[in-house]
Amino acid sequence: MSESLLPDGWELVVGLEVHVELDTKTKLFSGSPNRFGDEPNTNIDPVTLGLPGALPVLNKHAVELAMRIGLALNCTVQPCTFHRKNYFYPDMPKAYQISQYDQPLNVNGYLMLPGGVRIGVERAHLEEDTGKSTHIGGATGRIHGSDYSLIDFNRAGVPLVEIVSHPDIRTSEQARQYVSELRAILVAIGASDAKMEEGSMRCDANVSVHRIGEPFGTRCEIKNVNSIRSLGRAIEYEARRQYDIIESGGTIRQETRHWDDADGRTHTLRTKEDADDYRYFLEPDLVPLAPSAEWVNNVRNALPKLPAQRRAELSVITGADVEGEAVTVVVERGQDAYVAQVAQAGGDAAKTLIYVLQAFAEIGDQPTIPASDIAALTLMERDGKVTATQAKTILSEIVENGGGDPAAIAQAHGFEAMDYSAVEEMVDAAIAAQPDAWAKYCAGEEKAAGALVGAVMKASKGKADGKIVTALLQKRKG
Amino acid sequence: MAEIPNTVVDIADAVASKQVKAREVIDHYLARIEARDGEINAFNIVTADEARAQADAVDAAIAAGEKLGALAGVPIALKDNLCTRGVPTTCSSKILEGWKPPYDATVVSTLRGLGTISIGKTNLDEFAMGSSTENSAFGPTRNPLDTSRVPGGSSGGSAAAVAAGFAPVSLGSDTGGSIRQPAALCGVVGVKPTYGLVSRYGLVAFASSLDQIGPFATTVTDAAVITQAIAGYDPMDSTSIPKDVPDFRSAVSAGVSGMRIGRVTDLPEGAEPEVTQRLNEAFVAMEKAGATIVDVQLPSFSYALTAYYLIAPAEASSNLARYDGVRYGMRKQAPDVNAMYGVTRAEGFGDEVKRRIIIGTYALSAGYFDAYYGKALKVRRLIAQDFDRAYSQCDVIMMPTSPMVAFPFGDKVDDPMSMYLCDIYTIPTNLAGHAAVSVPFGTGAHGLPVGVQVLAPALGEVPMFKVAGALEAAQGGKR
Repeated sequence: MSESLLPDGWELVVGLEVHVELDTKTKLFSGSPNRFGDEPNTNIDPVTLGLPGALPVLNKHAVELAMRIGLALNCTVQPCTFHRKNYFYPDMPKAYQISQYDQPLNVNGYLMLPGGVRIGVERAHLEEDTGKSTHIGGATGRIHGSDYSLIDFNRAGVPLVEIVSHPDIRTSEQARQYVSELRAILVAIGASDAKMEEGSMRCDANVSVHRIGEPFGTRCEIKNVNSIRSLGRAIEYEARRQYDIIESGGTIRQETRHWDDADGRTHTLRTKEDADDYRYFLEPDLVPLAPSAEWVNNVRNALPKLPAQRRAELSVITGADVEGEAVTVVVERGQDAYVAQVAQAGGDAAKTLIYVLQAFAEIGDQPTIPASDIAALTLMERDGKVTATQAKTILSEIVENGGGDPAAIAQAHGFEAMDYSAVEEMVDAAIAAQPDAWAKYCAGEEKAAGALVGAVMKASKGKADGKIVTALLQKRKG
Repeated sequence: MAEIPNTVVDIADAVASKQVKAREVIDHYLARIEARDGEINAFNIVTADEARAQADAVDAAIAAGEKLGALAGVPIALKDNLCTRGVPTTCSSKILEGWKPPYDATVVSTLRGLGTISIGKTNLDEFAMGSSTENSAFGPTRNPLDTSRVPGGSSGGSAAAVAAGFAPVSLGSDTGGSIRQPAALCGVVGVKPTYGLVSRYGLVAFASSLDQIGPFATTVTDAAVITQAIAGYDPMDSTSIPKDVPDFRSAVSAGVSGMRIGRVTDLPEGAEPEVTQRLNEAFVAMEKAGATIVDVQLPSFSYALTAYYLIAPAEASSNLARYDGVRYGMRKQAPDVNAMYGVTRAEGFGDEVKRRIIIGTYALSAGYFDAYYGKALKVRRLIAQDFDRAYSQCDVIMMPTSPMVAFPFGDKVDDPMSMYLCDIYTIPTNLAGHAAVSVPFGTGAHGLPVGVQVLAPALGEVPMFKVAGALEAAQGGKR
């Protein structure tokens, strides 16, 4: 968040509602496939379409994944019930959504942001997704001005978990971190692929501002945020919009607003007065769900290490910054276990992290390159047997071939780091050959070293390790 | 050609033992329908060709020595709110006129698997809402015993079909009495099984926590056989009871010696005097047959009607929201989707359906939920507790099914409350999720049939059929 989003004495308050599509084979209440991208209206059945007489039957694996999410967010899993949320919309086949209301599956959890900020998670409950509407003919692709709409019910009935945070978020950066970390957790536990661009993770933001010391302000709900970056922009726009209204003596109307990424603004979608009365009542076609303590414990014990713990562990073995890019990216890729393997095989962990970061982008989370090959290369570089540049070349060859003996590759290329004393000789020769450059360097012009280093590299045909040359020059300078 | 039997049990026997052909049975019943259904209007559709073809298939199987289902060749009529694949299922509503389900209700496929032959879909009050079948969008069904009078409802068509001899058995649905009350008015046996005993998958929902499917028949044994055939756990229905089904048929002739039958002393008044007299005679008959009569009270009984007319419409308002013209059924063109919803539902639904949707929406709405729907749920629990207490003193309870015999057409259509009172004795069983059966027991005013109701606790079908069988036997055996 920029320092000047709100003036001193003012505070931004954000709560996030994230809907996540679960990675189950079939839908929440029927056996139709849960798949993205199929021909419209092919993954449907009487229950999905809300045909007369159809009845819902709860998908057990969806419950399992929902519990994983709750437990990964430190929630309490409790006996729960399902309710009907009644409203009319063409992509909602029964004209009610089966959801959870006052007795949701998971309650009272939290998510830790990098840096130690704790964001409360109020609940994470199960509900079914609606179909997808496509509006044809209007200028914006939205319903206004369209000639007609097409409905695809493939998505109707897909299992969702709605994760509601407490309004503990105070900056747009925290909001982005929350969503980012949540996504990493969801992927790590196998609950969802959580792709905002495909709609398998959707984010709504509740935003308000207030003077510190006063009660929270009226909030507005922001919808249609389709990326983590948009989330930040939308929150910042909305915060300023609300501040401007309040500062000029107005009041915030509680409403739902639509984020327009193209023009960078939110617009009224519907006010509180237009809001539906959902007439929630207990779903009579389902029975209460009370997961046994044994089941809950099994799910808890089977949870994999979560990203925060993996980042912490990777940081410990490599010495790298736990909030740094290398650790974050490598854990995100699922390659931290591999780094540990290489360290186990005797390799230099810090160097391994850099190699993996730089060269394993396309490799996926189960690298098959023998850990011993990478381990050996890290030691060769560390011990000065090859230069950093040479190591990079060897590494890319190993990656391309799925493995390889680094010593043999080095030899094949004619790589060898030069002997230290040989380098020393060359450095001294370069100093002698360029007394002006040397004088400038000794007088404090760091840039003058460039000519000297260049001369050594040329004379050595690239076999001198640049870092060693620089270190020697400094040593000579005294 | 041997005479065509007129009970499920006898037809199944006769077909299996080759005394009659299945085709002869079907033709016999189809001829009766042809002769008289123009007047009675029990059927929305008669599936004559399909029935004949199925009958021929049964006969071919018999000739080839193949193994048959236990009910092979038995004709059955199905209430038109049961989904039948490829056969229009209208719920007697304009909004579903012509709609053909792409799937069968579980009970439909179960019965087909046993070899029964569906001869058609029967008329009902629209979406099962009513007590006279006058709310049908396709015209009322007439009581075969007196065609100036109603057959009861909502399963009037199914009751009349059996009473008129159009089929030996039919299926209806009962949410507040919609099997038992028409059974009483038409002089046939009608069963509402325990909630969850019979799968609701494929039954077009009216009130999900109250609806159950059950049979009409001319004998208690037939009713027990069909109840048994359709009972049992269905994984497609989450409210289906995952328990084995005991033998109901043998209960019918087991007698009532040693049983305790409850008589409710604080029952709401208002039954016609002849109805009360028949009930008293029924108690006498059961005492003679070896049962003990026990006085019990059900103090919350009179609140049941009000609670029902909040809970059922509330659930219905939600269940019927899917009829919006988008995916199936009637759609009226309009400039935008909200207008389309409005005009489709305004034209597609009849008055009683609209009345209940409005009541139900109101009872659930913000600010009114606690006072209406929430309160009704508490009353529901009180009623269940009343029953539990009573059943600690007796095995079953007997009371009238309907406070009156069949009434003339038009008598109650302008007074919904008086129509609702038809169900005063049947509703509490639905609220409690228990079982009950109506057994014809003599006649009342104008010589019209009176039904005596036997109520049993949840999964109490065995004691229920024992008493029902004894009531039947007390009148001189099989009718």
